[in-house]
Amino acid sequence: MILPVTVNFYENLDSQPAGRMNKLNITVAVTGLNNIDSPGPGVPVIRALRESDFFNVRIIGLAYENLEPGIYMPGIADKVYMIPYPSDGVEALLERLEYINSRERIDVLIPNFDSELYTFMKSDKRLGEMGIKTFLPELAQYEERHKANLSGFGKKYNVKVPGNFELFSHSDIQKIPSGFTFPLMVKGKFYDAYTAENKQQIAFFYNKIAAKWGLPVIIQEFVRGTEVNVVALGDGQGNTIGAVPMRKQYITDKGKAWGGVTLDDKNMLELTRRIISETKWRGGMELEIIKTASNELYLIEINPRIPAWVYLAVGAGQNLPEALVRLALGLDVEPFTSYKVGKMFIRYSYDLLVDIGQYELVSTKREN
Amino acid sequence: MRLKKNIALSETGFVFDPNTGDSFSLNRIGLEIVEKLRHDKTDQEILNELLENYEIDKASLDKYYFDFVSTLQYYQLIDDTTGHREFL
Repeated sequence: MILPVTVNFYENLDSQPAGRMNKLNITVAVTGLNNIDSPGPGVPVIRALRESDFFNVRIIGLAYENLEPGIYMPGIADKVYMIPYPSDGVEALLERLEYINSRERIDVLIPNFDSELYTFMKSDKRLGEMGIKTFLPELAQYEERHKANLSGFGKKYNVKVPGNFELFSHSDIQKIPSGFTFPLMVKGKFYDAYTAENKQQIAFFYNKIAAKWGLPVIIQEFVRGTEVNVVALGDGQGNTIGAVPMRKQYITDKGKAWGGVTLDDKNMLELTRRIISETKWRGGMELEIIKTASNELYLIEINPRIPAWVYLAVGAGQNLPEALVRLALGLDVEPFTSYKVGKMFIRYSYDLLVDIGQYELVSTKREN
Repeated sequence: MRLKKNIALSETGFVFDPNTGDSFSLNRIGLEIVEKLRHDKTDQEILNELLENYEIDKASLDKYYFDFVSTLQYYQLIDDTTGHREFL
């Protein structure tokens, strides 16, 4: 029988301290409770925090949709509040958070959607005045790693990236540089990615993506290889607190991992450490990388938040959400030194039965 | 030529490459060959032992053996630093 093996992440550092007897009571608000076929990271983040040796957490779920499964899942959120979409504006969100905070006294807030991060980053000061701490990237870091800016990011930090071209209108499809050969990737600024074999398909995907995520739509050169990912946490000073590489073993039609396994790949870890060191990345991140047949690593995306598969990292020995909360609270965090290689995750679907009364509370009182 | 050091191999014939995340299932003979490679046996030693233990002619064995080993190379289970094998 093959047992997962543990590799040294930082060879010269001591291992993590043992668990504490007296846990610190804190209240953490978490978004991303949409544990659906394209899952948000909220539920795995909450599972990670519930398994903390350091914290005893009260979880406040923040949801956008009435049917986000995390609202109803037993043992996940202690209390759930509906919040307005980022598109409703910063003020509407802050007003709602002020109300929620007046009742719950939130210590730390972890936003988990790309599309809401900008709003929360811009609101950092107001949140701080409410006593709510976050641990998010700086605005410049967030903008710099944007899909549309990936070429510049690659040049600046000497990282291999595929070429990209922004489409702001239908007519821009005709302006795609001739050096871009098919197939090409067509990507939304926050989510969604499709492979196009010709300009007609680009036009089709442009319409689809622009309607959902707005402009620009990004054209990215296609890199042939295996998609691998890293979940990592930077302390904002250039230090990598933890990083776990993973290969998707089963990918859904939405490109999401339905199964994955942790890897022993020193090059991926080195690339991660270099990016975090040079950008002084603050917060959670996911690197999406294509590993070519000749083992070259092409960075295709940096997601500026914890990914939905983060619970794999927890199972492999790195509780990155717990470390993020510690950083948010200004507590010392020692970098993780190892993780288990060969640890797998497999997602599953499960029918949760809910009384209509619960749904009614969420729909009418906007809390549960 | 030898098997990469970090390749995990179970007695059931399950192979896991922690660098790529690939996994494979070997049959009994495949497992036997991979275990011999892991013990740094040369091709000739392995071929001699297989010829001794199984009813097969040398030409067929050579064909199947080198085909199998080239598959191991294709999936990058062989340590490249030990040099590439030349196939007849």
